[in-house]
Amino acid sequence: MAKRKAAVSIQECVACGCCMKVCPKNAISIPKGIHANIHRELCIGCGKCAKECPASIISMEVINE
Amino acid sequence: MTPKKKWYDYLWIVSLTYLILGFFNILFAWLGLLCFFIPLLIAIAKGNKAYCNKYCGRGQLFSLVGGRFRLSRKKDVPKWMKSKYFRYGFLVFFFAMFFLMLWNTWLVFSGAKNLRTAVTLLWTFKLPWHWAYHGTLFSAGVAQFAFGFYSVMLTSTILGFLTMALFKPRSWCVYCPMGTMTQLICKARNAATQQKK
Ligand code: SF4
Ligand code: SF4
Repeated sequence: MAKRKAAVSIQECVACGCCMKVCPKNAISIPKGIHANIHRELCIGCGKCAKECPASIISMEVINE
Repeated sequence: MTPKKKWYDYLWIVSLTYLILGFFNILFAWLGLLCFFIPLLIAIAKGNKAYCNKYCGRGQLFSLVGGRFRLSRKKDVPKWMKSKYFRYGFLVFFFAMFFLMLWNTWLVFSGAKNLRTAVTLLWTFKLPWHWAYHGTLFSAGVAQFAFGFYSVMLTSTILGFLTMALFKPRSWCVYCPMGTMTQLICKARNAATQQKK
């Protein structure tokens, strides 16, 4: 089955943390204040972060397993 | 399921109160310096953007009004707005204006200029604001700084609400000068620690 996972375009990320605030799984962190990291094992592909991101730089990637 | 609310998720109340207080007594504007120094200190000392990520009340206000109250088109910001040219350019412009404001404060402080009880919106429009001025204990410069600083805060709030309505609720975060600056500090700090390794 195809799964969806969030992916951040690191170069364009402003490290605002809007994505972090809405993630229901706490799968996002911004450890160094430079860009967001998605913990793929935790991400359930709900797409909330992508919707919230003010820079619209999170894409939902389809992963075939 | 939404993530659980923490105490700092209510800091939008502080931001809103700050804006309102400026209508009653302009000297409260001085408190806004906290929104300048706290993010910088966190970025310098800890090397992260915890201020933006957790505590920024203004960002919360935008997501509340734009998100919960739906006063936002929720469209993508234009490409140029998230480009590094615009973000860094806006940072430079913002600080140039800030130093101009400090210079004006100095002129009033030194007595070269008289106090102007006005709030300048969008660096252009001077609004009479004398009702919020009830004298100052120290120098007129103290009040001039308050008017100047409140102008900065109100201007950025208006820009933020404008881009909230047009684009995503927290579009302001994309070009917020404080956010850009703290990210730059984090980048520099990270590059320095990498070099040491
Ligand atoms: S897609 Fe959902 S679960 Fe995955 S990181 Fe974004 S908000 Fe979190
Ligand atoms: S919301 Fe978007 S710009 Fe902000 S930290 Fe997350 S990915 Fe980066």
